[in-house]
Amino acid sequence: MSMNEDADYQPLDGNAAAGLLRELFALEMTQAEVTCGSCGAVGAVGAARLYGGPMGAILRCVNCEAVVVRLVRTPAGLWLEMQGARRLFVRSPG
Amino acid sequence: MSKPPISRGFFGQRRDDRSDRVPPGQHLTPDFPVLSAGPTPHVDLSNWSFFLADGDRPIAEWRWAEFGTLPQREVTVDIHCVTTWSKLDTAWRGVTVDALLEAAGLGEPPTPYAMIECIGGYTTNVPVEDMIGGKAMVATEFDGRPLSPEHGGPARLLVPHLYFWKSAKWVRGIRFTDEDEPGFWEQLGYHIHGDPWREQRYAGD
Amino acid sequence: MPATDAMRRRLTWQIAEVSDVVDETPRTRSLFLNLRGWPGHRPGQHVDIRLTGEDGYQAQRSYSIASAPEAARLAITVERIDGGEVSPYLAGFVEPGDRFELRGPIGGYFVWTAATSEPLFLVAGGSGIVPLMAMLRHREAAASTVPALLIYSSRSIENIIYREEIDRMSADDGGLVVFHTLTRRQPEGWAGGSRRIDREMLKSVGIAPAAMPRIFICGPTPMVETAATALREIGHAPERIRTERFGPTGA
Repeated sequence: MSMNEDADYQPLDGNAAAGLLRELFALEMTQAEVTCGSCGAVGAVGAARLYGGPMGAILRCVNCEAVVVRLVRTPAGLWLEMQGARRLFVRSPG
Repeated sequence: MSKPPISRGFFGQRRDDRSDRVPPGQHLTPDFPVLSAGPTPHVDLSNWSFFLADGDRPIAEWRWAEFGTLPQREVTVDIHCVTTWSKLDTAWRGVTVDALLEAAGLGEPPTPYAMIECIGGYTTNVPVEDMIGGKAMVATEFDGRPLSPEHGGPARLLVPHLYFWKSAKWVRGIRFTDEDEPGFWEQLGYHIHGDPWREQRYAGD
Repeated sequence: MPATDAMRRRLTWQIAEVSDVVDETPRTRSLFLNLRGWPGHRPGQHVDIRLTGEDGYQAQRSYSIASAPEAARLAITVERIDGGEVSPYLAGFVEPGDRFELRGPIGGYFVWTAATSEPLFLVAGGSGIVPLMAMLRHREAAASTVPALLIYSSRSIENIIYREEIDRMSADDGGLVVFHTLTRRQPEGWAGGSRRIDREMLKSVGIAPAAMPRIFICGPTPMVETAATALREIGHAPERIRTERFGPTGA
């Protein structure tokens, strides 16, 4: 809940969506490097700005704020939409 | 399947509100929680405008000063968020969708459905039937003061009889559509209609 | 390595039992937990906690792990937020013997282990110290000689979480330097900082870019973004800076 009504809404980041991402992906995804489909900036999923609160995980590009990944958990299942991500790179461990 | 352990003494904020003003699964809050799908835009009123369009065809557009000369209405309504909080007796001021249609010279809405478009790209779909007859407005004031950016200012749609994600913040315009096309949250599993009294939270409810 | 296996294991809910509670500051409390089959964790990772009420209502939150992987028990530190749904319960009501569901460890981006050889530069705002403390506890347990620097912002001296332990760590280990800054109230004769973390402080107190440190910043979003921007401007490479933004719930 917002304690100061006049303050701008403060996003979290992809780290807070890690649990949700783990439900879907076998690999740990916050280290994944995502290329923004809008501006081409590359950044770790963990560093992306996270909006949506309890409704879902909306990850936005730190550079241009375009939506990169959307993830919603409903009683029926998990929705993932990644239209805003041009590509993703997950480094092999070890 | 085993049940999760009950956490001793945990009640959360969920109270057994049996008031007939609180839809099923909701609880009352004295606060006004903020939930956003994106960063809060800070809009220069000299750049603000609101449009009505029928598909690609523009119908009308108002700048801020002109918008202020349209008939204003004050309402006090209850609002219900899909995340389970409800807030009673919220006071708003703005221009009803009926007044917008009339000011645009539209005797009849051109199509049965509409997509609400917002600064920052957020969208939500609302059937026209759910916006006319006094059911919706473009609100510019909350609680007697100009709507704050965090809560959707300078203007947001207010459709209080549907879940509050339909009351789109930072609204730019209404685009009439032939089909009921899913908006931002509806594309990701939220209910296409969103009636809190029938608990239409997710698709398939 | 066990921690790598943990990353590939399915994330399932398990029961955690509180074995101990310790008040760290007037607003924060640490919970020490007993878990069966805990796979281990890496400093910086977090856990999800789920509470279920009598009527079946559930609430879930994330909390950074405060303990080092070497510690005997898993610990989290919770800041009590006024009007919060979960934090007043965990940081005010829960007693030893109470149980709730937990899953983890979660996270891989905001992680540091002593296997890393570069200097460690930590920037903490308020309860953002928690995952960084796991890193410092691990560094001590691993007897790491990696130089480390912590810049830690708190409202006042009573609000410094883990103060005695941090002061003891830096007194015992010449390789760890700690700079406290108090943003609201400072005691008489205070020699540390007395303002919010800013570019000037990061530049004058922090590890220089030439040393190529690994940087971890954790705290409220505005503080994290200010610090990350400032550190890039000072000349630190963006890929060396990792951030974790905390919301009012503390994780």
